[in-house]
Parts: sequence; structure tokens; C-alpha cells
Amino acid sequence: MMTRRCLRALGIIGVALGFGTTAQAGPTLDKVKQAGQISCGVGTGLAGFGAPDSQGHWAGFNIDICRAMSAAIFGAADKVKYVPLTAQQRFTALQSGEVDLLSNNTTDTLQRDTDLGLNFAPVVFYDGQGFLVPKKLGVKSAKELNGATICVQPGTTTELNLADYFRANKMEFKPVVIEKRDEVLSAFFSGRCDVYTSDSSALSADRLSQAPNPDDYIILPERISKEPLAPVVRHGDDQWDDIVRWVVYALIEAEERGITQKNVDENLKSDDPNVKRMLGVTPGMGKALGLDEKWAYNEIKLVGNYGEIFDRTLGKDTELKFDRGLNNLWTKGGLLYAMPIR
Amino acid sequence: MATEIIRRPTRSSPWRNPAIRGIVFQVLFVAAVLALGSFLVHNTVVNLRRQNIASGFGFLDREAAFGIGESLIAYSPADTYARAFLVGLLNTLYVAGLGIVLATILGTVMGIARLSRNWLISKLAQTYVETFRNIPLLLQLFFWWGLLRESAPQPRQAWEPLPDVFVSNRGIVFPVPSPDPVYGWMALGLGVGVVATIGIARWARQRQARTGQQFPTGWVGLGLILGLPLVVFLVSGAPLALDRPELKGFNFLGGHAVSPEFAALLLGLVIYTGTFIAEIVRAGILAVSWGQSEAAMALGLKPGRRMRLIVLPQALRVIIPPMTSQYLSLTKSSSLAVAIGYPDLVSVANTAINQTGQAVEGITMIMAVYLTISLIISALMNIYNRAVALVER
Repeated sequence: MMTRRCLRALGIIGVALGFGTTAQAGPTLDKVKQAGQISCGVGTGLAGFGAPDSQGHWAGFNIDICRAMSAAIFGAADKVKYVPLTAQQRFTALQSGEVDLLSNNTTDTLQRDTDLGLNFAPVVFYDGQGFLVPKKLGVKSAKELNGATICVQPGTTTELNLADYFRANKMEFKPVVIEKRDEVLSAFFSGRCDVYTSDSSALSADRLSQAPNPDDYIILPERISKEPLAPVVRHGDDQWDDIVRWVVYALIEAEERGITQKNVDENLKSDDPNVKRMLGVTPGMGKALGLDEKWAYNEIKLVGNYGEIFDRTLGKDTELKFDRGLNNLWTKGGLLYAMPIR
Repeated sequence: MATEIIRRPTRSSPWRNPAIRGIVFQVLFVAAVLALGSFLVHNTVVNLRRQNIASGFGFLDREAAFGIGESLIAYSPADTYARAFLVGLLNTLYVAGLGIVLATILGTVMGIARLSRNWLISKLAQTYVETFRNIPLLLQLFFWWGLLRESAPQPRQAWEPLPDVFVSNRGIVFPVPSPDPVYGWMALGLGVGVVATIGIARWARQRQARTGQQFPTGWVGLGLILGLPLVVFLVSGAPLALDRPELKGFNFLGGHAVSPEFAALLLGLVIYTGTFIAEIVRAGILAVSWGQSEAAMALGLKPGRRMRLIVLPQALRVIIPPMTSQYLSLTKSSSLAVAIGYPDLVSVANTAINQTGQAVEGITMIMAVYLTISLIISALMNIYNRAVALVER
């Protein structure tokens, strides 16, 4: 583990030192097309968002973003190499060109956007940081956590928000900082910590999929931060940045216009000029992005629109049963708003 | 007239002169290294700039804004990155220093035990060495950490093996004496005792060399070292206010706590390195020829003195050099702490790297620190090695 992290850290140094400049030289799209696959940085396993199933196939919300990318570029959803990365490894892996994009529950922040040399695609999941505690502690609010021992993963915004929240509320805490998600969780569920903190969606998923008995644990009502989770690309390739951006927008736009995996073929005959432009019946959009004109059609046909992806991986069709909440279309009281495809 | 043949030395090209050739090669080599180095540095700077990645050590003055679980000095998220690094460094030095001392003791005991003529003792020592030497350290760390975490109860049901000593899955908490000015004076007494003992030992050795009379240095020294602080303690009225741990809210407050992470790391490092030290000690003792012991016995030395005066000084010459590399490897292995959540230098630096994105600077600092620690350990061990080495006249 140590070695792997070091290698990754050395990886970026190697790139910085000039051994990997070729990775930066050409546009990412050419590299991806030449390789015949997208190298997609994902998490090390979080139910609903991205985890290998019993056959070893990756599935989940973040995975479907990678698949949508693959569909838009290759016309096939499975041309993706999934690279599992811990919170600490992810940025160096992206900066060094080891992966082409991160789809990894990464929070969009100013410092990452600037100092780390990254660009964030549109937000695909609006989240907030919460606290998971054992019921038997009898805690009802995060304000009662003074003096608690708290398990947290390093290299996350979670780690910083935690310190900020306790400082703002003049409370003390003892962090137990462990890199691997499964180690953090096993430490928490064995009682090493009073509290486990992460994005509340991750807490729900872990409570259901990892806890010995989910009913023994509750998520406290406070959301102490805004966690807009978005796919990430590195600085220096605007075309690639644009592709990721519009692949995400197309998923949202498709839901807004009621285009689904099932009816996308019928929609090819639609008279609506917006739909025609988006699905490539009226050409232009694909060329502008440097993709096939059928890019959005392929996305929807092979992966589905945003709502379908959400329902299938996190929402009503799953055990997680996440509410759409903020992650609903702007027309339905949520925050999802796609820019016009024209 | 006889023709005189003037034999001039054939002027060979400078290229054939080994000295000049050597210098040329060295200059070329240094130039090549410098060129490669500056090429790499230049490329680093250019590439970082092109990707707009921040660089430089300016981030050290910024507020760290993350918490650290254990610290030997006062630290809060409001402190700077520089201080966070210092906290990590001290944690590394703390666990490595304690680990080196304990591993040496354990290893020496086990090494000697393996040579014991008692079958049970030697087999036990052998089993210990063969088991723990052959399991990867990281696995051992996970094992100890899991054991400490899973087997101990929650703080509210903590075991209390001794009054005010609590064992829970948050670690071991025990009372420590509350700070009192008397303790400073006791430390002074201890220092005086140590200095006096060294003086007495020197005087006793000279007197023995002169007159052959022996002096019980050991007992007198022990009396001075323990007695002086005790006298200070009693004279000042024996202040014994204890800072007792108390269960308040979630955790124990007060007293001193040893976390499971620290305990697991220390245990893992000591037990693992102890096996290697045991083998080094055993090899060192076996390297002293049996004739030396026989000669000592012929002079009438008792077994204890034989070991102390004849065998060990000679064994040390064999033991010290490989011991140095064990100390170095223990120190470097302490960076495995990151896997079990002990906030050592690497763990803190990793967080800092991730929050600032300045991997090049962070890794440089880690490398510089470990290099410095390693060089210091080597230097100290070399000095000691020179002191015990065979003096050739």
C-alpha cells in the first residue's frame, strides 16, 4: 500500500521531471482513441457509486459516467479501464496522466481547481458532509460530539470540514486518520471511533452495505458542508474538458426532454429542432466536440439519461433508495440544469 | 667518434597518462550528473508551470486546517503546515527512538536465550525468531492493531486492571503525576547522581589498576542515582497529586493515553526488528572463539564477569555494524504507520500533499528528513563502533 502510494507520488514527480511529457503533448482525445479505451479513475469501492459486483464488473453511478463517456467517444459503453484510486492517490494519478478523468466522488473546490491544476466538469451529485454514529451512544445532534474520536479518510475535503466545524463550534475532537476506506470502516464498526464522517450519501451506502447491523447506526441530521461532486480532468486540454462537460450535460438534458434509453430511437424522428440537434439528426454538435454526430444518442441508448442512471444505481430501484432531493431537475425543485446544446 | 644515441623518452599522449585520464573521466562524469540534474529540475519547473500546479515551499506558512490525532507538542488545526510537519516528525522520532531501545533489549535477551543450554528457553526463543522474522511487518501491524481494537471493550465498559488504569479500544490510559516544581529538582538530583557515578567509576578503575583493590561501584552508583531524587522527593514533603483519567462524555480525559495505533506500531516494530537483532547478537557471541571463555575460566572469572568483560566486548565488534542497519530499517519502517492511522511524518505529509497538491515539495521533505535521520543514526553508530573496535598498534 505504502509502496503503491509512493509509486503514484513518484509518478507525478516523474511526469513533472519530464519522463511523461508525451502524455501531455497531444490532446487527450487522440490518446484515448489510440488506446481504444478511456482510463477512468474511480474509488476503491463504494456501494451505489462504484464497486465491482460479484463477477468483478464495475457498476454504479460514477461508473455510468465513465460508460457514458465511452459511449459518446466510441459508440460502445464498455471501452473503459477502471483504475481504483484512494482519496490520496487520485489527484496525482490524474495530474500524471495515469487516468484521463476522475469519476470518484470528488468535491469541487477552489484550491483543487487552481493549485492542483485541475478542471471540474458540471456537478453530477450534490452532497453534504454528515456524521454516522452508533445508536447506543444516544447522540441526537452533531453539536453533542465534543470530545469524540472521529474516523476520517485523509486527503479529503471531509478532513478539513471536520476541523472547521469543530473549531467553529468550539468543540474538541480526536481524528483517527486512515487511508484505506475498508480500514476506516472496520475501525469505526469495531468501535475504535465514536463517529465516522464522510459525505452523507457515502454514509448511507456504508451503513447499508458495510455495517454488521444497519439498524444499530444513525446518521445525524446536520449537514456541515456543501459537497458538489463532479468528474475531474487536468489542466491543459480544453477539448477534453469540453467533452466531459457536454457528456454530462447531455445526460441531464435528455432527462429534461424525456428522452430515455427506451424511446431514444423514436426521438430520432422527432420534429423538435432541439432534439434533432442533440441526437445528431441535424449535424454540427458532434463535429464541434470532435466526436461522432451520434455522441449523445449513443450515450442515452447505451447508458440512459441522468434520471435512469440515478434510479438504477442509487435511487428507487436500489436498496439505497436515495431521494432525488437536490439532484433533481431544476424544473422539479432540484439543482440540475444543463446548458443549451446548440 | 662514437655515435651517441640520444634516447629521448617517447612523448606519449596525455591520454595515456592514467592520472590525467582519471581526472578527465571524473570531470566528465560530474558534468554529466550536473547536466542531468539541471535538465530534470528545469523540466519539473516548466511542466508544473504549464499545468498551473502551485510550487514552492510558501505553503508551509499557511494554516494547516486539519486535525492530528496525537501530538507531543500543542497543535490545533489553526497552526501552520510547518508545525504539522514538526508534529509528524516528532511522532516518528518518538516511536522510532522508543522502538530502537525496546527492540535492542528484546533482541539481546532473545539472542542470548537462544544460546541457553536450557532446551525450553532456547526453543522458545527460536520459535519467536522464526515466526516473527518471516511474516511481513505490515501484516503484523494489522494483526496487532486489529487485536488491540477488537479485543478491548468500549470506553464505557473499560477494564480497570489497576486503580485508575483503564484499558479500552481507545488505548490504555493511566494516571500521571500532576506537574509540580519538585519534579524539576528531582531531575536535577538524578543528573547529579549520574555524573557522580561516572566520576566514582573512573576513580575506582584507577584505584583498582594502582592497588588491585575493588570498589562496589555498581551499588554505590545505584544508591546515588535513585537515592538523590528520592531524598529530594521526601524532603519536599512527597507531593503525590495524580492527574487521574476520568470518563467524561465519549472518552477518558486526563492522565496519559497510549493509543492503539501507537501501541500496535511500537509492538510490531519492536517484535519484528527484535528477531533480527536476536540473530545478530547470537551470531556475535558465537563469533567469539570458545578459547576466550576457557582462558577467562582459567583465570577464575565467574560466568557473569566472563560475559561482561571478555565475551561481550569482543562480540560487540561483530554486532555493531549490522545493528546499525537494523536501527535504520526500524526507523524507515515506522512510515508504515500510515496504514494503521498513527500520525507519523509520512501520514501528515501525505495529508499536506493532498490538501495543497504540492507533491514534489512534500516528497522532498519526507526524503530529506529520513535521509537526515538515517545519516545521524549511522554517524552515532560509527562513533560507537570506533570506540569498541579493536585498537591496532
